[in-house]
Amino acid sequence: MATEAGSAPLVRTDKASKQSPGRRNSTRTLAVLGALLLLLTAATLSLAVGSRALSPGVVWDALLHDDGSTAASVIWDVRVPRTLAGIAAGAALGVAGALIQALTRNPLADPGLLGINAGAATGVVLSITVLGITSLWASVWFAMVGAVVAGLLVYSLASGGRGGATPERLALGGAVIAAVFTGISQTLMLLDAQALDQLRFWSVGSLARADDETLTTITPFVAVGLVLALALVRPLNALALGDDGARALGAHVDRTRFLGLAAMTLLCGAATSAVGPLVFVGLAVPHIARMIAGADQRWTLPLSLLLAPALLLFADVLGRVAVRPDELDAGVVTAVVGAPVFIALVRCRRAVTA
Amino acid sequence: MTAPVPTQVRGRASGPRTRSHVVRSRSHRFSLRVDVRALTVGVLVLATTAAVGVLALGTGEYAISPADVVRTLLGNGSPRTDFVVNDLRLPRLLTGILVGAALGLSGALFQSLTRNPLGSPDIVGFTYGSATGGLLVVLLVGGTGGQIAVGAVGGGLATAVLVYLLAWRQGIHGYRLVLVGIGVSALLQGVNAYLLAKARFTQAAQAMVWLNGSLNGRGWADVRPAALGLLVVLPLVALAASRLKILEMGDDVAGGLGVPVQRTRLVILVLATAACAVATAAAGPIPFVALIAPQLSRRLTRAPGPNLLAATCTGAFLVVTADFASQRIHESAQLPVGVVTAVVGGVYLGLLLRRQRRAGRI
Repeated sequence: MATEAGSAPLVRTDKASKQSPGRRNSTRTLAVLGALLLLLTAATLSLAVGSRALSPGVVWDALLHDDGSTAASVIWDVRVPRTLAGIAAGAALGVAGALIQALTRNPLADPGLLGINAGAATGVVLSITVLGITSLWASVWFAMVGAVVAGLLVYSLASGGRGGATPERLALGGAVIAAVFTGISQTLMLLDAQALDQLRFWSVGSLARADDETLTTITPFVAVGLVLALALVRPLNALALGDDGARALGAHVDRTRFLGLAAMTLLCGAATSAVGPLVFVGLAVPHIARMIAGADQRWTLPLSLLLAPALLLFADVLGRVAVRPDELDAGVVTAVVGAPVFIALVRCRRAVTA
Repeated sequence: MTAPVPTQVRGRASGPRTRSHVVRSRSHRFSLRVDVRALTVGVLVLATTAAVGVLALGTGEYAISPADVVRTLLGNGSPRTDFVVNDLRLPRLLTGILVGAALGLSGALFQSLTRNPLGSPDIVGFTYGSATGGLLVVLLVGGTGGQIAVGAVGGGLATAVLVYLLAWRQGIHGYRLVLVGIGVSALLQGVNAYLLAKARFTQAAQAMVWLNGSLNGRGWADVRPAALGLLVVLPLVALAASRLKILEMGDDVAGGLGVPVQRTRLVILVLATAACAVATAAAGPIPFVALIAPQLSRRLTRAPGPNLLAATCTGAFLVVTADFASQRIHESAQLPVGVVTAVVGGVYLGLLLRRQRRAGRI
């Protein structure tokens, strides 16, 4: 992902752009390394903290050789899958958020706010209530279909006419689609008591029930989605100049949009089916990434990829210790922490014309 | 309330000129502009609501023909139909009418205030706040209907105040209010999901029905407080309506015409919240009615301005019709009316967005 020295990014809105490109990129490299370190810290905490607290040394030993001790079994059977699922889901949500913000040129876009997660959730609920599917492996596909349908509906509501899919129309369309899908999934849950009992835990958004199966199920989807997203960074940068500007630079606007939407669908569908409809992770992280690295997707996308799982793991760990002996679900923590960030962003925009 | 207000002021200059009459008090201190078309629309919508209501009163386990329903309502029914209609089904219908009217009014006030089609109690976080309040009562106290209502109204008011304060920055701007509301809503949804997950299953199932907005098992005890609440709110809204119309022309123009902008806005916000609180207390948070009713009524009246009267009537029609439909979808499950309004309202709003866009209005 490194850029050739001297190739200035297309879009420069940050103050630091007055610095020489070389120095700017060294700052960004440092930021990426810092994010990596943060993610490692979060993962270590996620392995060490819980109802049975383990010292980092013990964690390290257990990771290196699984000697069958209690500590090792706690780590290998419970915490490793939970941590890895958190990393996969977090990375998916963060990159999906960065993608959707780049595609819509809307800094307030988020898969949750635009109804994509609600669509995925409805797919999962449908598969459980109507078809009686209980394995995650099967419900992932339904989550994908739901996410695709929601994404296409939002986009078709917002696009066309004069000015294309403006952020304002997208927000409106997203709110509508989210409400419709939520209504549908609530109806299905109310008609099926058993499903309600199963799904009310999932719909909070939590890593607590993530296991090996979760991980093996969602990893391929997340991997494909991430590769696709990272392959799109250059055309996405061009897209920031508006459709005509992007075309002038030789970017294929419609193709980029379609592929971006496909990547986002894969990522949202996989993350939602694994850990439930989490809000705000996809919204806040790309903003933090842009604050650090400016508006260049070649840096913000990888940064989001590292920062989002760190954030999700921190939220999960915080939930484990906040209300002992009980646990707060990660979804509640991200909502409680993410909402103020969102509101601060809204307040900071001098005149919100979103 | 002494600012003299010119009555010839038009709202947004869109659509054809509307015929209207101005009713004035003798001292010319109070005046009310009556738009003929809007009044006609209101009356027609109410008539349709009554027709659906008669159908709803006649359907169920014990079917009664429309003619017999009307006869019973006029006090000439057999003891059996009298019991079924007046004791069992009429309170539910009346609650639906009152709740719908309150939601329609609340939505029209919010949308006029925020100058944004998305400005509705659903989006500004009131709905989720009242849901949180109601849930807390259900789960912590295992409360009765009255206690749930108090909790819901408290939660809704607290949320509305919070959103208002968070959105305040040298005054309130419509779009910022909506966006902050979306943020707070998302936060509360997380909290609500957590509360549901922590509850015992029977409680969760009960709370879930309430959360979606339901008119199941409503009796005369639910009708009275809702009617009283509306009786308090409606006259106050009528007094503030003319200023609201001027406020729609923009803050500078309104200020120039002698309307105290921020104070009026606060008064309207309180009234809109109160109307929504009345509805939520009676039936839980029914989504989308407050959002759709003003939009739909504006299509019918083609009048500028907040369209309060028509929106109020349209809200009543929407809730009564949706409740009738929700009882028919699944005979045994007793679906909450809210799931119907969510889906139907959403689809309608989607179509509306498309139409608006084609016409280049958003």
